[in-house]
Amino acid sequence: MPDFAWPTAEDRSLIGKRISRLDSPDKVSGRAKYNYDYHPSGPMLFGKVLRSPHAKAKILSVDTTAAQKMPGVEAVEVIQKIGGTVQWAGDEIAAVAAVDEGTAEEAIRAINVKYEPLAYLVSDAEPPAGSAEAPGPMSEDDVWDAIDNQMPERQFLEYLKEHGVSFHPEEDLLKQFKGDGASDAILDALRKAAYHEPSGSGTRSPYQKAAATTQGDPDKAFAEASVVSEGVYGTSVITHCCLESHGSTAEWPDKDHLFVHISTQNVSGVPSQMAEPLGVPAANIRVHQDHIGGGFGSKFSADRWDITAAKLSRKAGGRPVRIMLERDAELKVAGARPSAYARVKVAASKDGSITGWQSQSWGTGGPGGGGSPPIPYVFSIPNQRKEHTAIRNNIGPARAWRAPNHPQAAVITMGALDDLAAKINMDPIDLWLKNLSLTGPRQKVYEEEFGVASDLMDWKQKWRPRGQNISGNVARGLGLSLHTWGGRGHASQCDVNIHPDGSVDVKIGTQDIGTGTRTTLAIVAAETLGLPIEAIKLYIGDTQYPPSGASGGSTTPGGVSSSTRRAAVEAREALFAKVAPALNATPEQLECKDKTVRVKGDSGRSLSWKEACSKIGAVPITARGKNPDKEHPPDLTNSGVGGVQMADVEVDMETGIVKVRKMVAVQDCGLIIDLKTAESSCYGALTMGISYALFEEKVMDQATGTMLNANMEFYRLAGYNDIPELVVHMMTGKGYDERGVIGLGEPPVISPGAAISNAVANAIGVRVSYLPLTPDRVLAALGQKAGA
Amino acid sequence: MRAFEYASPTSTKQALSLLGAASGGALVLAGGTDLLALMKDDIVHPKRLVNIKEIRELDGVASSSLGLRIGALTTLADLADNVNIVKDYSALADALNEAASPQIRNMATLGGNLCQRPRCWYFRNGLGLLPKDQSGKDLVATGENRYHAILGNDGPAKFVSPSSIAPALIAYGAKIRLIGPNGKRELPLDKFFVIPKTEDQREHDLKRDEIVTEVVLPPAADLKSAHYEIRQKDAFDWPLATAAVVFQMSGSTVQSARVVMGYVAPTPWLSEEAAQAIIGKSISEETAKAAADAAVQAAKPLSQNAYKVQLARVAVKRAILKAGGAA
Repeated sequence: MPDFAWPTAEDRSLIGKRISRLDSPDKVSGRAKYNYDYHPSGPMLFGKVLRSPHAKAKILSVDTTAAQKMPGVEAVEVIQKIGGTVQWAGDEIAAVAAVDEGTAEEAIRAINVKYEPLAYLVSDAEPPAGSAEAPGPMSEDDVWDAIDNQMPERQFLEYLKEHGVSFHPEEDLLKQFKGDGASDAILDALRKAAYHEPSGSGTRSPYQKAAATTQGDPDKAFAEASVVSEGVYGTSVITHCCLESHGSTAEWPDKDHLFVHISTQNVSGVPSQMAEPLGVPAANIRVHQDHIGGGFGSKFSADRWDITAAKLSRKAGGRPVRIMLERDAELKVAGARPSAYARVKVAASKDGSITGWQSQSWGTGGPGGGGSPPIPYVFSIPNQRKEHTAIRNNIGPARAWRAPNHPQAAVITMGALDDLAAKINMDPIDLWLKNLSLTGPRQKVYEEEFGVASDLMDWKQKWRPRGQNISGNVARGLGLSLHTWGGRGHASQCDVNIHPDGSVDVKIGTQDIGTGTRTTLAIVAAETLGLPIEAIKLYIGDTQYPPSGASGGSTTPGGVSSSTRRAAVEAREALFAKVAPALNATPEQLECKDKTVRVKGDSGRSLSWKEACSKIGAVPITARGKNPDKEHPPDLTNSGVGGVQMADVEVDMETGIVKVRKMVAVQDCGLIIDLKTAESSCYGALTMGISYALFEEKVMDQATGTMLNANMEFYRLAGYNDIPELVVHMMTGKGYDERGVIGLGEPPVISPGAAISNAVANAIGVRVSYLPLTPDRVLAALGQKAGA
Repeated sequence: MRAFEYASPTSTKQALSLLGAASGGALVLAGGTDLLALMKDDIVHPKRLVNIKEIRELDGVASSSLGLRIGALTTLADLADNVNIVKDYSALADALNEAASPQIRNMATLGGNLCQRPRCWYFRNGLGLLPKDQSGKDLVATGENRYHAILGNDGPAKFVSPSSIAPALIAYGAKIRLIGPNGKRELPLDKFFVIPKTEDQREHDLKRDEIVTEVVLPPAADLKSAHYEIRQKDAFDWPLATAAVVFQMSGSTVQSARVVMGYVAPTPWLSEEAAQAIIGKSISEETAKAAADAAVQAAKPLSQNAYKVQLARVAVKRAILKAGGAA
């Protein structure tokens, strides 16, 4: 059996080196084509969506007569059910396709919708005492709401399992649910869900309390603790704010086939998502995407507007219809990260050993309520009591945001631990190291990483106790955090073809969401075949190629590098079999190195790559590799990483303005394919982390129910001048490389908020409870400290 | 964006007749950095745009013993590079360099900067300049007012004046010149900004058929001046509070003073109280602080913006110290 294992360190010529991204020249020069840049050969129609001005309203009627009659309007589609309820401002009501954007906008304005406005909530402030209700079984309406509100599947499944349903879902109804977007897993869970009598009065409280969870004996731990530290921590709802907004261009080359250019993290998955609502087989749907301008977890699914573009195109005789979201819609409806806040108490002994955790947490993920953050994060504190209240409100749906729930959990947990350290006058590094045995399997990694990070930050030299590094108006401070993530490779298939003329191509239905997937693929294929990277021709981003998983949860590098490695090894073995006779050797004696195929240990018996490939014959070599592939060990990917980050900040004590001066990120991720891209991933994550720590917040107005800062002036993103010195160190070598490839998209974005929050507390001597750390919050915290 | 007529006159006379002819429905287009955004967001929908960029007499800076005459079409980038401004009007130069982004400064004109509409997020969401709900309740007073006015906010207007250049110009005693169907008029720049009382009033003393032609700055070679801007981001961001100060010194004593705050009120806010507090004193941490306290003494913060009182105070203090020669 061929040896699929990754080459050993001395055998690698490309893997683990610093190699520049293949797509960088195209991106910086503007040659890279995004979905917005796609211009079909024939005349295109412009789609526009009419959106609800109300945060919650019943749709009484939708009259599109005037829009239909407008010259230049080619198709109109009503999206909402009459009698249905919209749950957030900006929800899709109807759409038109017209010959130009102006006409489409005019047509949208001509649609007459009658709403019955309903009471709504957009706040995620701490639930009033006694307001929360225990969750009950789901009614049919609840299920419709959950589907319409895009409740995350895992949360949906857990809810059904725990609380059951208060109706009997017949197959006909299940089919309708499916048409509305419910997955097979959800349908299955509905079939299996336990039946309970409907609960209560019918009007639901927006505050839904999850059952309290207890572990160990928290009462005893707190009674016996020599120190108890208390605090409030949290982080606001933020949006994904993809620089390329969501959307697609759909066209029907014939009445049975759909061709979609869509901004997606999930090229291979889109056809089956669109098939049901459009009533065509997934096999008849082709999806293409060259480049994507950001997804961050918000682009896993074909969205309602994408389905609508396809429907409008069909109505318009198959002419291409483009719907890309405007900036305000992008911020209002195309994804938000749930908020999470908590009142926390931590119990410890005098030496800093943590013995107990109590938390009352709350937060919102929009109409679905949102999941509870995994607190205490990383540290499994022996005695715990936790209560979480989910707020179901009308701010719009939540979507996965890089490392879902982890950044929030880090802010809460690391903040609480940092306050404990301050209370007992301990350097946080010492407190973290003291309790590292609570972190589980990555304890040793964290230990090593603390050593590296501390040196890179010069922590021991620079650190001062809280509030003791103030000169004039400027306070300086250091903070730290740690994090973990899985990152095992997803299911992936890849074809490697070696042609008789020596050309090599790699075909895989994955996507490069900006993490350097193209570069990874080329490095793995080139390394395996002993060729330079330029010799590999890549074909990705199309459903014509073998299916590969969605790019989310840091699963892409492990998945695609494994499938590509396996395919390339298989192709190489097939080549050896063809070439062996010419070299008077057995295939097992051959190797590919330096653009040759040669006999191992006998440099005299060698063919150039081109000569070797001429032995292939008329039919190219084609090999399919897949991940996972349990029949062909070893496993080439792995799961579980740890990272440590430190922040150095300065705070203007008179204005409350925070500047980050330096950040250090130390991270492991198994075998690194391209060190430069891995480091870049961390730079990007730190940049995004600084942005959400200091600036980002989805500001909702209770009086109007709308998002007030759905633009890029007041939805602030960090700019070039706001990014300080970033120092990244990747853990490599023995103990890391042999674990196989692990993804890196999520881990480094988890800790920046926590580390920066802790650094600000260290600088100014008091905790600023919530991110973003805006001047009003910093000044308020300083005011409270002065008043205390 | 809705359909509109487009006219591109080459003389002020033509421009005025084009403005007047489309009664109520014409707007002046210069750099377009604000107007086009307002049109895209459907906040304004003019029937006609009158592009004045082809009227060359409105562009450029002229220097004489009487000071500077700055044409309304001069871009912020050109102004920031102007040798006279760099040499004699350092508060203005600083304000220009901190305004918007390099790309916007290349397009935005001085006239447009003064006539831009407030950034109030209720206004920009189409809820009006003096936003109210259906029952007439003031949306800002009880709503999301963290960036709104702390001074001059007794009436229905609670937005803040958006020009970060105007306070510096006013501190130097700038005058603005306008032209309309009935001829030219000139007024002190601080009088050009008014607080609207009703939704159909504007925040400028500018009639629908008038055009800003130039801004006149008195000589400033022997003055001390400084501008200080507080904002959250270093990169492109709107300020949270600004202050511009101009002092006539007699030895080390302030003989006369103008202190103007930005982003604190519906107009640039000329603080007579701060000026009086510093006149007759030398510039020191103590006198600067006293003047800064005087500047915000009348402040009445809304439910969420008490912190802006502190920011305005700090901006004034730091501007005074900067003018006095501190870093």
